[in-house]
Amino acid sequence: MSDRPLIVAGLTLFVGLVSTPIWHGALNREAAMAALHIKLPAREKQCVAPASYMRTSHMQLLEHWRNEAVRDGQRQFVAFNGKTYDKDPTRTCLTECHTDRKEFCERCHNYAGVSDPNCWNCHNDSHVASEGNS
Amino acid sequence: MKITRKDFLRLSGLGLLALAGRKAVRALSGWSFAQTSASAAKPIRWGMAFDLGKCRHKDGCNRCIQACHSTHNVPQFADRAHEIKWIWKEPFQNVFPAAQTDYTRDFYGSLPVLLACNHCDDPPCQDVCPVDATWRRDDGVVTIDFHRCIGCRYCMAACPYGSRSFNWQDPRPAIATVNPDFPTRTKGVVEKCNFCEERLAKGQGPACAESCEEKAIVFGDLEQPDSELRQLLRSRFAVQRKPELGTGPSVYYIV
Repeated sequence: MSDRPLIVAGLTLFVGLVSTPIWHGALNREAAMAALHIKLPAREKQCVAPASYMRTSHMQLLEHWRNEAVRDGQRQFVAFNGKTYDKDPTRTCLTECHTDRKEFCERCHNYAGVSDPNCWNCHNDSHVASEGNS
Repeated sequence: MKITRKDFLRLSGLGLLALAGRKAVRALSGWSFAQTSASAAKPIRWGMAFDLGKCRHKDGCNRCIQACHSTHNVPQFADRAHEIKWIWKEPFQNVFPAAQTDYTRDFYGSLPVLLACNHCDDPPCQDVCPVDATWRRDDGVVTIDFHRCIGCRYCMAACPYGSRSFNWQDPRPAIATVNPDFPTRTKGVVEKCNFCEERLAKGQGPACAESCEEKAIVFGDLEQPDSELRQLLRSRFAVQRKPELGTGPSVYYIV
């Protein structure tokens, strides 16, 4: 019975150590994001949705855009702040803001261990790359 | 409370009558609503006519084909087995094999005829697609969702007009200059003429019709009696390709 404090302390230490990656990640979230060196757009301060939403759900948003534009012919997107955008990732996302997809899309996908987006196999961004490099 | 047999029958009859009355009222009101909404939104059905006489004015003119190819990033492969076709030419005798006689074949048989997707009213390609990647839109354009196409090529087998092509290899290297406003395709998807639906969305006409100096390609709404296309179809005799199949092509030939 007298070992109880020892056991509890040992268990606490064990659980704390085992869960290190989780709380370390949670505490240093901003630092980890900064270490990614994601280049933020110079021209625009506000994305088509709040940054926190885009970080977690940009894939759903892009899929909605795709389906609505291709299937329902709805090519305009009214954002949360009332602004209207074309549902055109090349023109709206790449040309206007994220001019270097390698430094934006792919860097984060690599960091998160997600395969690179295959949008650009068909959607052309060579004009954006050439403008960005010049 | 005691209920007599007579009262019971009377009440049941009244209840049934009331039910039937309600149904009738609902059906009638639903019918009248459908009628008004149908007349309010006029349907569109895009169609096209090729005036073959005008098309022959300039020998070897391929402006419409070039306009289409540069607009839609259509690749040019040297090997015909890999050919991607949106709008192309075939000899008359292959397009309308039944519409010639021993005496017209000499002259007409080898004349070039423009071909494209017929944008059928009842497209067989749509019926066979196992993933709903191709469908007839409400405005009559038969379109493809390249994202969803799995490249099974059932649609190519079903299309009686040979209007669909398969990307056997990456088309990008075979495109001279890429138009950034239209996606290229990727290896393993089927493609065809889309009636320039991306231009229609902006209120423009198809690139081929716009590029033709002879005005041999007329585009318009088949549902609108006073459209340029309908007026042309009223004044000149026009045929469709393989109308006996019942696909209802939206492309007409003024021969």
